[in-house]
Amino acid sequence: MSTPSRTDAVTDVVTDVVTDAAGGVVTDAATHAPDRGHDHGENEGHGHVEVDGVELSAELVEGPSVASHDVAEYALWLGDDSLVLAQQLGWWISRAPELEEDIALGNIALDLIGHARSLLHYSGAESDRTEDDLAYWRTEPEFRSAHLFEQPNGDFAHTIARQFIAANYLFELYSRLAGSADATLAAIAAKAVKEVDYHRDHAAQWVLRLALGTEESRARMICGLGDLWPFLDELFVDEPLIDRLEGVAVRPSTLRGPAWDAMAPVLREAGLDEPRGFISSGGGRRGDHSENLGPLLAEMQVLARSHPGASW
Amino acid sequence: MAPGASVARPRPADLASQRAWDLAARVCDPEIPVLTIEDLGVLRSVTVDGTRTTVTLTPTYSGCPAMEAMRDDVLTVLRGAGYDDVTVELVLAPAWTTDWMSEEGKAKLVTYGIAAPTGRSGVRPAGAVRLQLAVKCPRCSSLNTRELARFGSTSCKALYECRDCLEPFDYFKVL
Repeated sequence: MSTPSRTDAVTDVVTDVVTDAAGGVVTDAATHAPDRGHDHGENEGHGHVEVDGVELSAELVEGPSVASHDVAEYALWLGDDSLVLAQQLGWWISRAPELEEDIALGNIALDLIGHARSLLHYSGAESDRTEDDLAYWRTEPEFRSAHLFEQPNGDFAHTIARQFIAANYLFELYSRLAGSADATLAAIAAKAVKEVDYHRDHAAQWVLRLALGTEESRARMICGLGDLWPFLDELFVDEPLIDRLEGVAVRPSTLRGPAWDAMAPVLREAGLDEPRGFISSGGGRRGDHSENLGPLLAEMQVLARSHPGASW
Repeated sequence: MAPGASVARPRPADLASQRAWDLAARVCDPEIPVLTIEDLGVLRSVTVDGTRTTVTLTPTYSGCPAMEAMRDDVLTVLRGAGYDDVTVELVLAPAWTTDWMSEEGKAKLVTYGIAAPTGRSGVRPAGAVRLQLAVKCPRCSSLNTRELARFGSTSCKALYECRDCLEPFDYFKVL
């Protein structure tokens, strides 16, 4: 799990120096940090060093906020779902059917990155890792995201089908998690649910537009839903971890009914049947992933791994 | 959680903290420079305890990139005024809502050309049918407007168009 070659202090630090490579940042932070106390002239230039140290130690909720091992694992599941989906959505920027859609999918991805940052930050505190450590320095089997989120973008209808399922699931999840006995999870969820509400409305509007549009758009919407639906079930599997987090985690099996109730009226209005077919066995929560996650992580992590500690 | 006026702009009671609050309250949103963080309801507390000053901010949206600029600006302003030991913390709870935006702030938004949030944030659980109040064009005050895109130039805004003066404009979404 650990990556001993990493110097955590370095990624925590964002210096003013815009450098191309890690070496410059490391040296700069290391040589200047001890001077801060007595060198007021330099203080201005390296003010950010202190700031970001603070940000990473005290954030999100007031009071102590280090998760237990089990809560940290649960936060990792949810954080990974959002992170992986955000990475997929980012691809659409400049490629969506219209400019407004570039912006919409980019904004949705940005919200998801925000949720992932909060969740991974909270998760990492338990093992003394930052959100960046978790995002950039774990390997594929260490990711805990469900298979739905790593499914390829496909054509636009596939992406909308994935968004439709994901946003409805996340909305029902966060609505309930806002009442969690864990104050930090509750705070993250209460914030996220308001944003996800916009995401699910966005997805519903597109499902209707595509399904009730042309013959071509309808065929694609049906195909997209059919291809993504097999990954719905994994979201409702109660893993053993959930038994240990009664009152803290939301029991996934309890979300099946509400998620369906939220999606059914949209499908009905769109004149679409619930897709039938095979059900994916999943395994994301145990680190068993499809062939899609590896390349996604490679692209997401390459910069951080090539230039450890780089900042801009 | 009951978002209301009492949590929107909780100016501290003691004089030392008030002085620091008034300084921090001048910091503006980098994306919408007519609004201060106090107008937005993003400034949540300022406490001066001896030589130590703690400022608490809350993000508007989870992924809002402007937060870091606001945090840096608060530090710059307070340090410039002689506060050496300043900490800025971010809190998520209770979650920020457009209900916390000041009336002054809303008026400034409109003058700047951005329609202010209409109505209050939703009561949960929301009903089956979404209702959107008409959004008034900040240029000609017409209510004959329509949404072009729910996701606009920043997380907090949607893009609208006025059907009377035909100008597009930003609308600060209710959250």
